[in-house]
Amino acid sequence: MMADTHSRSRFAFVALCLAALAVYPLAAGSYGLDLVTKIMVYAIFALSLELLVGATGLVCFGHAAFFGIGAYAAVLLAPGYEPVSLGWLLPASVGAAALYALFMGALSLRTQGVYFIMVTLAFAQMAYYVVHDTPLGGGTDGIYLDAKPVLAAGGNTLIDLDQPLAIYFFTLACLAAVFIFLAVLLRSRFGRALAGIKANEQRMRATGFSTYPYKLAAFVISGAIAGLAGFLFGVKDGYVNPELLSWHLSGAVLIMIILGGLGHLRGALIGAFAFALLQEFFKSEAIFGDFAKHWHLGLGLAIIASVALLPNGLVGLPALWRQRLLGKPVTGRGAPSAGDTP
Amino acid sequence: MTAAAEVLLRGTDISRRWGGLVAVNKVSLALARGTVHAVIGTNGAGKSTLINILSGEIPPSGGTVQLLGQDVTAWSQPKRARAGLGRSYQRNTIYPGFSVFENCRLAAQARTQKPWWWWQNAQHCPASTAAAHAAATRAGLDDQLDRPAGLLSHGQKRQLEIAMCLATAPEVLLLDEPLAGMGAEETERMLALLAELKSAHAILLVEHDMDAVFRIADTITVMVNGAVIASGSPDFVRNSHEVQAAYLGGH
Amino acid sequence: MDLATFLIQCLNSLQYGLLLFLVASGLTLIFGIMGVINLAHGSFYMIGAYMAYALAPVVGSTFGGGFFATLFVGLVLAVIFGYLLEWVFFSFLYEREHLQQVLMTYGLILVFEELRSLLVGDDVHGVQPPDFLAGTIPLGEMMTYPVYRLFISGVCLALALGMWFVFARTRLGMMIRAGSTNREMVQSLGIDIKFLYRVVFAAGVAVAVLAGMVAAPVSSVYPGMGNQVLIICFVVVVIGGIGSIRGALLAALLIGVVDTFGKVIFPQAAGVLVYVLMALILLWKPSGLFKAG
Repeated sequence: MMADTHSRSRFAFVALCLAALAVYPLAAGSYGLDLVTKIMVYAIFALSLELLVGATGLVCFGHAAFFGIGAYAAVLLAPGYEPVSLGWLLPASVGAAALYALFMGALSLRTQGVYFIMVTLAFAQMAYYVVHDTPLGGGTDGIYLDAKPVLAAGGNTLIDLDQPLAIYFFTLACLAAVFIFLAVLLRSRFGRALAGIKANEQRMRATGFSTYPYKLAAFVISGAIAGLAGFLFGVKDGYVNPELLSWHLSGAVLIMIILGGLGHLRGALIGAFAFALLQEFFKSEAIFGDFAKHWHLGLGLAIIASVALLPNGLVGLPALWRQRLLGKPVTGRGAPSAGDTP
Repeated sequence: MTAAAEVLLRGTDISRRWGGLVAVNKVSLALARGTVHAVIGTNGAGKSTLINILSGEIPPSGGTVQLLGQDVTAWSQPKRARAGLGRSYQRNTIYPGFSVFENCRLAAQARTQKPWWWWQNAQHCPASTAAAHAAATRAGLDDQLDRPAGLLSHGQKRQLEIAMCLATAPEVLLLDEPLAGMGAEETERMLALLAELKSAHAILLVEHDMDAVFRIADTITVMVNGAVIASGSPDFVRNSHEVQAAYLGGH
Repeated sequence: MDLATFLIQCLNSLQYGLLLFLVASGLTLIFGIMGVINLAHGSFYMIGAYMAYALAPVVGSTFGGGFFATLFVGLVLAVIFGYLLEWVFFSFLYEREHLQQVLMTYGLILVFEELRSLLVGDDVHGVQPPDFLAGTIPLGEMMTYPVYRLFISGVCLALALGMWFVFARTRLGMMIRAGSTNREMVQSLGIDIKFLYRVVFAAGVAVAVLAGMVAAPVSSVYPGMGNQVLIICFVVVVIGGIGSIRGALLAALLIGVVDTFGKVIFPQAAGVLVYVLMALILLWKPSGLFKAG
């Protein structure tokens, strides 16, 4: 009973968010539209990491590599002045990210714990240096996308991603699709196996699960979705540079999912918005004047504070308030079917 | 026990060295269906290492392990588990955040993994849910199915540990101190369960509770410093000079 | 490549490797003994370098001291800083999960970078080595080698030997090693484990700061240097094995060789070579070359 009302309110919350995003363009100016498109891309990025960290317990500190590869693939595979078809550019970019995830996962998953964190960081740096130092990546100047892809059928252009509204709604559609896909995946046998691996990998092995293939599959799927986010980012801005693979971005997306709440898909959504808004807040010259250029300081302190004070993330706030204000006990996540909840 | 009892698990001359230290020294044993084989010994006698080698978590330095007639010495633990080798641990390895039912269902899922059916809700898989129900009932936990496993009493957690073993439909059960930390009543219940299970399975029991061991075991193997000093029926072991001298403290 | 050039690159490899070892040893020690993964460790190196730049004139005018006086003052400041930092911040991280430690120390990096930016600015600086170390020694007929680089290698080697001596031969070292394997036991023996951890942390910080100070004339002083050295340190620890000082030394020297010779032979791929090395070693030994200890 309890679980049903909880899931219904959770789904309602997410549906409400998506609906709000769908009508937002009516009220938004061009800056707001661009900002929210960026936030939605980050949300997709955060969802991909949630699969790896929240659902499987694999703390990856190199996720920006897949994001950046997706973005670079979008630009490198479409070099001309004629728009190419979305129909193959998107899968190709996602595929490139997935391929690197396969390579990185196959080697990194041989390690565990803190090692894994360090190794994923190092492999991401490897990709960063390839893009930064070699002519392939255009160096620190980055590369421009001259013509944004379109989806055409029968001579008619259905989606032209050069239009801000088009990229906005296309991103929203991707966000909704990714969210639904992950929600379904986590309920499936595969998803339950991941939850078991996170809870106690040894027991899973003793029961008969070969855990390495499961972890590798989670890694590749996660990398692919991150690549999708990167693709959207690259297409939206029409410009990519090596900072898209930097470990600052890997750190940022980890913070997003912690800030939102680990173990919950909607946490990735909330965290992406909260983090982006925090950044905008600290960068705002209207509030901080000249000091705004040192926005990293405020952000750093906010990160420390949120990890220290909100261990369950923003998703855990309602329960925390209920406990403080009403004296009700925190039901916590020991619910009958704990594991990633939407 | 008839001489022609089916041997399900056989360890031959199993040895394990760590550098200069010999943890297990040429131990052989055979587990037949319908019997309980207990392994006893002081702390550090090598019992844990032996059971880890049999289950596949550690490779042996020498010797072989055969499961259901096949040489599984090079097989990983999950592969052996899928072939019918179940294992419970001395310290609880249940999933405390999941319900009792989900614990069993996830264990049962190991038999019908089908991970590529990503759209299907795991709770709708009849094979694993049926096996989970059956295992939980056999272990005496059918009234606790919805409870979060972390909230069970210690004895119930040990029962769940066994239930998770059973959910994988094993042929052989390797039980590492299933009675650890249990009171008298819980011990009785567990022994009754083991007695009931033994007809269909081969059970290896590592235990410290001597009364329980002598009550339920058909064969007892005594280990000291990694080697077997006596192995046979409970009476044989009780009367063995070597065992009295080394372990039971003499009569 | 002629013999003189080869020799120069060997010496450069040694110098870079030993410097890396110094910084990485602090990282692996703090992790091995206190179980804390500290992303801000590279920031200490950066702080050391900026201190070498900022302190020299101050020390010169106040005490009339030169290079070694600056090093000494920097060391003292670093120990105090490390002690306070452990007390105020890091002591709260021991019980936390690794992910939380990673993120909190990541936030710390941002804080340190901005504080540096506020106090000293973002400019790149050069630091001159002291006159008596600024010369060169001849190598072969035509080449020479800077004395200062040999000095760096010497300092790092001396510190490494000093650390080994403390660990293996003193009571303090014994207590530290005991504290890493069995915290409660050490406490029950009446040894103040909190003080012990604070000392170890301060030492780790001081070593990284000193490395930065000593390296400043050679590597110059720039904002991103902390992050750059941190990631290479991670590679050192991964290759060498977490918690293993021996492993850190071997790995650091290996990386020194690969990176230095790589820059000369494959200048374009130089940045990537170290990671390729790491990938190859991981294929062979997933836990690094040595176990902890």
